Amino acid sequence: MDLFGNLALGLATAVNLENLLYCFAGCLLGTLVGVLPGIGPAATIAMLLPATFALGPAPALIMMAGIYYGAQYGGSTTAILVNLPGEASSVVTTIDGYQMARQGRGGVALATAAIGSFFAGTVATLLIALAAPLLADVSLSFGPAEYFSLMILGLVGSVVLARGSLIKALAMILVGLLIGIVGTDVNSGARRFAFGFSELAGGVSLVAVAMGMFGLGEIIQNLQNQARDGTALFARITSLMPTRADFRAMTPPILRGTALGSLLGVLPGGGALLSSFAAYSLEKKIARDPSRFGRGAIEGVAAPEAANNAGAQTSFIPLLTLGIPSNVVMALMAGAMIIHGIQPGPGVMKSNPSLFFGLIVSMWIGNLMLLILNLPLVGIWVRLVRLPYRFLYPAIMVFCGIGVFTINGNTFDIYLMALFGVLGYIFAKLDCEPAPLLLGMVLGPLMEEYFRRALLLARGDPMVFVREPISAVLLGMTVLAVIAVASPSLRSKRDEALQE
Amino acid sequence: MPVFIRKPKDFFAGLLFLVVALGTLYVARDYSMGSARRMGPGYFPTLLAWALAGLAVILLVRSLFGGRDAIDRIALKPLALVIAGAIAFAILLRPAGLVVAILAVVLIGAAGSSESRPLPALLLALGLAAGSVLVFVIGLEQPFPILGEWFTG
Repeated sequence: MDLFGNLALGLATAVNLENLLYCFAGCLLGTLVGVLPGIGPAATIAMLLPATFALGPAPALIMMAGIYYGAQYGGSTTAILVNLPGEASSVVTTIDGYQMARQGRGGVALATAAIGSFFAGTVATLLIALAAPLLADVSLSFGPAEYFSLMILGLVGSVVLARGSLIKALAMILVGLLIGIVGTDVNSGARRFAFGFSELAGGVSLVAVAMGMFGLGEIIQNLQNQARDGTALFARITSLMPTRADFRAMTPPILRGTALGSLLGVLPGGGALLSSFAAYSLEKKIARDPSRFGRGAIEGVAAPEAANNAGAQTSFIPLLTLGIPSNVVMALMAGAMIIHGIQPGPGVMKSNPSLFFGLIVSMWIGNLMLLILNLPLVGIWVRLVRLPYRFLYPAIMVFCGIGVFTINGNTFDIYLMALFGVLGYIFAKLDCEPAPLLLGMVLGPLMEEYFRRALLLARGDPMVFVREPISAVLLGMTVLAVIAVASPSLRSKRDEALQE
Repeated sequence: MPVFIRKPKDFFAGLLFLVVALGTLYVARDYSMGSARRMGPGYFPTLLAWALAGLAVILLVRSLFGGRDAIDRIALKPLALVIAGAIAFAILLRPAGLVVAILAVVLIGAAGSSESRPLPALLLALGLAAGSVLVFVIGLEQPFPILGEWFTG
């Protein structure tokens, strides 16, 4: 099937009343989440996952995708207007966006962010539709050894780009893999690490772990650091319309941001956050006068906003074509697909093309909705930012409890969530990032299965992983990535880039 | 904290990972290992646990060298109350029902913040209870008891 045939098929799926409605609901909720500080997209998707059980797989995935990229839009709105990034991926937007707002150019900054995001979203949508079928074809020829090596690359790659200690991140992956294989072993039927709890026969609930670590764990941290800046100066919006000079100034950064974001989004560990930071440093580096940055440079808004939206969308590519989630949000999307009976991977496109392309086209529609929706509603979003955290977090606790319970209908999962809340807080104190644990948890059972099959086919010879050429290349790339990060000079450069 | 531990963050992370690894090995000794060709249920977890133990040892050794760091203060009050709120919700949900469970989680949880005041917290709890019953039980038809066995007998 050709590109246009695919897009037409997707359009037919995406444009029906139900799916449009859930796309809209997802974008609206995502924006809300993006605006409210202290609730990230991972916690929200975990909270809302149970609510999508009643839906079909297509509307459920469309809605959750809407939440993810909606959050990028919402986060930038408050970053610009009140200097509070609603999401980590809009942190860099505060630097120049808020300065623009203080100079009375807040409207222009908002419009720049919206235009940049929409353009990037459009390009990223086309890119997914073009690249996904090719990648899926390639991966269909993969055997178990190749898949195992690909997962190693995906997991290790996802942590070399993240900040913090590599060893701790690798250890967190291993803990995640171990948690992932709790439950009934599919090959022997033996129950592993269940400690006599029948509730663990089906495995540890991904949602309970995610809500414990990202919901409760973050609430405890936020309560400890409660010195939040609630009296931010609210800049008045005057004119929304960028001038001709503004358009000329924003176009190249939007193009560069889109390209960089699309590229970084595909990488393991990539996505919106990394893309926005990288795009900002790039603009600053190539600018003729870098001192303008931090004083309201329009490039400092256009590039990261385009990049984070492009990255948010292209990070769907590895999940949908290879079945490998590259960040936590994608891990939760994978969990959602499995709950709806869809195994993420190259099979999705072949067996369920209307779902696949429907999801992709709905991303573009969602971006259009956000463009139209966001600017008129700015006033409401700004008022919401002022909602004090002491009212917000008990509500999050209630939604976490209700959400976890509805998945399996047992209170065991709520205790599990409480346990992982404590663990999440302790891990944070020890500088251990929770994201790799969640990725490992999602991939644990699959990885064991591919490992088993690969060695069964190779009659127990572990050299199979380096003898098969594709597998050897993938493992070689993994080793290179680790060496690159372990080398001191590159390491300091990476930390510098993440700090800016 | 003994003086020879220069990086307590690495030390305790290493200790935690080592406990997980050794615990896994201890539990997995009952599972059949099989062979590389036909792996038993114990094969893969044992492999992972050894790798984890290796990383843990690296962290422990690393904690003895280099510049010093310190672990932030553990905020016991928010930690205890947020977790207690979640546990209260789990305990109360079946016997007392959704409404009581929500009142408990909100009031206990709200006590975790020094900025909370009793009356606003109570109003928030009542509002969330009413809203949740409307949305989740009546709207989405989730199987929550509005009032539990304690009230319905």
